[in-house]
Amino acid sequence: MELQYEVREGRLTAWVSGELGHPEAIRLMAELGRMLEDHLPAEMALDLSGIDFMDSSGIAVAVQTMRRCQGCGCRFWVQGVPKQAMRVFTAGGICRLADIRPEVKA
Amino acid sequence: MKRQAQNEMTIQFLSRSSNEGFARTAAAAFLAQADPTVEQIYDIKTAVSEAVTNAIVHGYRDGIGTVKLTVRLFDDGLAEIIVKDRGCGIEDVHRAREPLFTTGGAERSGMGFTIMESFMDAVTVRSRPGKGTTVILRKRLTSRQPL
Repeated sequence: MELQYEVREGRLTAWVSGELGHPEAIRLMAELGRMLEDHLPAEMALDLSGIDFMDSSGIAVAVQTMRRCQGCGCRFWVQGVPKQAMRVFTAGGICRLADIRPEVKA
Repeated sequence: MKRQAQNEMTIQFLSRSSNEGFARTAAAAFLAQADPTVEQIYDIKTAVSEAVTNAIVHGYRDGIGTVKLTVRLFDDGLAEIIVKDRGCGIEDVHRAREPLFTTGGAERSGMGFTIMESFMDAVTVRSRPGKGTTVILRKRLTSRQPL
């Protein structure tokens, strides 16, 4: 798994690529938490358009990051979600709780 | 009477997180001989990932043990995947299968069994506290190419 990020005009965008299973999710949650603390953005986008595979560990990443964002008044969404990962989010019912979208927000 | 599989493979590996990707890829690679759709392969990879992660994170939460993965393919396209550990077992299987139930903390979503049930045709769980857990996943594969 690779993680890149950019902060521009108050928006933190984090791009994840590769496979997102349990060991990668632990690392990703820690990295995203650190980014939030360091930059205190007004909004945060987690971009999954580069991932090849995701299991329910990705749900844990989205839920935990959403809660962290809510705790600091930051708007959060997940974008660029590939078809397989979207099926995991949908089966987990997470789309009712969080802003999860296949397209990338401009 | 137990059905005879057309083909079968078994692998064993240590309950290290680094083996989760290996296990799901190995299962998918073995079943590729049935010429399933891409969606079916992703469904199997996802369900195997959940079952193996459960064995590693929950079954062997206090140490390292062995996870056994068996994959069987039957003449009618039925794929059967068995993930077995000899870890701590599950006290209440019914409760463990409920959405959002987890003993794994914030790093786990508690949706593992829900995802397995959504992506496979049938999921059977057998567990005994202190003895281990066996998860059996079944899915009928439809070939992309007419034979």
